[in-house]
Amino acid sequence: CWISGQALLGSSRIIFSVLIKNLRERDLQTVRQMEDNVVLLDFWPSSFGMRVRIALAEKGIKYESHEENLLDKSPLLVEMNPVHKLIPVLIHNGKPICESLIILQYIDEVWHDKSPLLPSDPCKRSQARFWADYIDKKIYSIGKRVMMGKGEEQEVAKKELIECLKTLEGELGDKLYFGGETIGLVDVALVPFYTWFYSYETCGNFSIEAECPKLVAWAKRCMERETISKSLPDPHKIYSFVLQLKQKLGK
Amino acid sequence: VGEKGSHIDLSKMEEVKLFGTCLSPYSYRVIWALKLKGIPYEYIEEDLSNKSPSLLQYNPVHKKIPVFVHGGKPICESLVILEYIEETWPENPLLPSDPHDKAIARFWAKFVDDKGPIIWTMVRTTGEEQEKAKKDTLEMLRTIEEHALVEKKFFCGERIGITDFAFIGVAYWLEAIEDILGLKLLEEDSFPRLHAWIKHFKQEPIIRENLPNREELFAFLKRRREKLLASPLSLTAG
Repeated sequence: CWISGQALLGSSRIIFSVLIKNLRERDLQTVRQMEDNVVLLDFWPSSFGMRVRIALAEKGIKYESHEENLLDKSPLLVEMNPVHKLIPVLIHNGKPICESLIILQYIDEVWHDKSPLLPSDPCKRSQARFWADYIDKKIYSIGKRVMMGKGEEQEVAKKELIECLKTLEGELGDKLYFGGETIGLVDVALVPFYTWFYSYETCGNFSIEAECPKLVAWAKRCMERETISKSLPDPHKIYSFVLQLKQKLGK
Repeated sequence: VGEKGSHIDLSKMEEVKLFGTCLSPYSYRVIWALKLKGIPYEYIEEDLSNKSPSLLQYNPVHKKIPVFVHGGKPICESLVILEYIEETWPENPLLPSDPHDKAIARFWAKFVDDKGPIIWTMVRTTGEEQEKAKKDTLEMLRTIEEHALVEKKFFCGERIGITDFAFIGVAYWLEAIEDILGLKLLEEDSFPRLHAWIKHFKQEPIIRENLPNREELFAFLKRRREKLLASPLSLTAG
């Protein structure tokens, strides 16, 4: 898979070189943008991968997606992320960028002329980074405990999850999005977890919408954007995946 | 307010405060950034067993130090603070300008933030748990030795930066932890690049002149270990 991927990239480069020779000067600018080779190493149910899909869609960046099998990691993944061997990894013109929030900031800095994810004011930027970091520290690990836990452990995790989501709801306030009038870093960081809400609720036998209606309303608003809805899988598919995982882990 | 340029200058001159604790590596990250950029600030020492109303007001979410306050607006989480300082006072940059190099610098700063706290686990545990913490610490050091410092004086290249500040918090505090536990994990033979880097950072005047006193740190960690072994409380802050 890796070898044929490399051959494909190689022949693509050859095709591009031929195209360049035959195009007029004013077309060269467009071609140079096309030459931006962007590859995303991804795994379909990963909230972190979803973040990058959304950012790339928002910026209108064309890219190649490689679906990874995390039980049998590709040589490309191991080469591009030798430290963690995790997805997502963005490979831009052969150079890897790892860690989803770092990838989002990289995308925002390189493709800065469209749909900014971060505001220009340093104070507002720091607020966005703070909340993105909060989401990173809390939601994934607590959500996992809600889905995999039992009895008292699960009850504690459910309470913690609702507390976090309520805190985020407080930060959202009356704004349309965390980014204000348009979506920003925090929206992109959080909305992928919305596809996991159904799994949290079903495993934990509770309703997130009942506890955090404003947050769910925000998520539904986000889902009206094609860049988001097309980047996120069906929550029921996520739940099937969770059930398979639970079975494998004997839970 | 006047022209945009003079408005930015005025906002840079607004009062800067830092809430921290004198022996926390997270406080020091911010202090080094402020000193390197020549930013005057007021330092407020917090007693974490009796947190001030200001701290609780400025950081209601985590209630931790460091908290950076600029013109009355609080910023929390040390790496977020460092990025803010870098963007507000761009002189003497702490991050590379190239987006890919910046991403690498951020990657290693996050790595240290995620893995670094394992050194405190060695302080508050014994037996099997402590052995695991030692193993994890060595693994973290090995990863940095093999991947982060290849052909570089500092993490970001020739100049000291955010990533170095993050890691000094591990390296210097680890030396004190090794002392109190009678260990030697960071051996020069096994970690030649890390040792070279430690030598470089200790020669940087801003760092050399702004490190906690070794004896004070040793005494503090020794007391904390004795207290923690008696009750399971976390040592980390910020």
